[in-house]
Amino acid sequence: MKPPPFRYHAPTSIEAAVEALALAGDDGVVMSGGQSLMPMLNLRLASPSDVIDLRAVPGLSEITINDQTVEVGAMVTHRTAETDPLIGAHLPLARAAAGLIGFRAIRNRGTVGGSIAHADPAAEWPAVLIALDGSVTLRSRAGVRTVGADEFFVSLFTTSKLPGEVITGVSFASRFADHWGFAEFQRRTGDFAVVAAAVACQVSDSVVTQARVVLAGVASRPFRCPGAEAVLLGGAVTPDTAASAAAAARDEVEPIGDAHGSADYRRRLVFAETRRAVSQALSLRIASLTHA
Amino acid sequence: MHEISVVINGSNVKATVPDRLLLSDFLRDGQRLTGTHVGCEHGYCGSCTVLLDGASVRSCLTLAAQTDGRVIETVESLAVGDELHPIQQAFRSNHGLQCGFCTPGLLMTTLELAREKRACSRDEIRERLAGNLCRCTGYHHIVDAVQAVLRDGLRHAG
Repeated sequence: MKPPPFRYHAPTSIEAAVEALALAGDDGVVMSGGQSLMPMLNLRLASPSDVIDLRAVPGLSEITINDQTVEVGAMVTHRTAETDPLIGAHLPLARAAAGLIGFRAIRNRGTVGGSIAHADPAAEWPAVLIALDGSVTLRSRAGVRTVGADEFFVSLFTTSKLPGEVITGVSFASRFADHWGFAEFQRRTGDFAVVAAAVACQVSDSVVTQARVVLAGVASRPFRCPGAEAVLLGGAVTPDTAASAAAAARDEVEPIGDAHGSADYRRRLVFAETRRAVSQALSLRIASLTHA
Repeated sequence: MHEISVVINGSNVKATVPDRLLLSDFLRDGQRLTGTHVGCEHGYCGSCTVLLDGASVRSCLTLAAQTDGRVIETVESLAVGDELHPIQQAFRSNHGLQCGFCTPGLLMTTLELAREKRACSRDEIRERLAGNLCRCTGYHHIVDAVQAVLRDGLRHAG
């Protein structure tokens, strides 16, 4: 279908964007790449009064390397994340995940900020943001605030972003660049993952000192698995570590069931994808493809 | 309404477009460039794929108003008169189409790939074409056609 009528704005400063959104009130919506919002409009799942496009706002496509973090502008596209050498060097987990989003034509336009705002429970960016101790920077008439990734994602397509707030960028911790893994199962290339696992670790003398195991596609929002993380933190890394952590993840999740997979099927995928991601993070070989 | 100034297939175009007008409809209805096909109209089928500043995009997921100042290439940019573009010729020679509905999107997706000037395995080609649905061919001949394009290059055109 065609999108419903709306007023289109392309402000040329962040101040003007915030003002346009404030004036639009609850019926205004921010567009970045449009690759989630445009389908919602065409399917008439969204009918905003005003669409505020960030394309002409300067400074939102920057990637900045800091001491401990990497700041990624809201308008950075998935394709840029997939190809940018700075992201490749400092956030290889993000690079790997970005390359699995949709198709090339979608990655050419879709953005980090848009994916985070849309908060699809199976999307890659929210899982990566949680795995890399990320945060979201929001700007409104009231000023700027930063929200940790875990508090940002509330539920299905729901975040703690308030009306009138524009996502200007996200921040990722860069300390997991040496030990990371990302694995997901898609029905067809380019589909949303049925289950995705993002793993980030710090390792010292063959002992995992920090661990993040995040699952997407399992519940109404991506989440960390404390049980699986505890297994990783529990001692020296052995060839069995990946399977043990994956089993812990499988046993601690309560998956949803839907047209793409039953709860039981998702539980099996949690094992398989967690094992793959942990193996990648810790450079372990998977002995066989059988599911425990 | 918004004033836009774009380059479409090498020609400067100025137009006034409604806020909600999709790029696909702007091209088809406004510019009479009906080679760009509209299938699903929510970004899945790939029939409406065009190049925006050289990068493939879904014209059904892009507003005409968003393209101000940018360069658009559609399937009509390929052939020169009656002379088929090498990509079109490869699809023809390899039976890479039947009904032709998906073909414009596949041709533009292939053009973006061919301009990268690198070799691809059949698996890589299939992955690149995954965003373009074809209900006739079963894809084998399309992959043959793209392989031929990557092998022989774009020669005089592209």
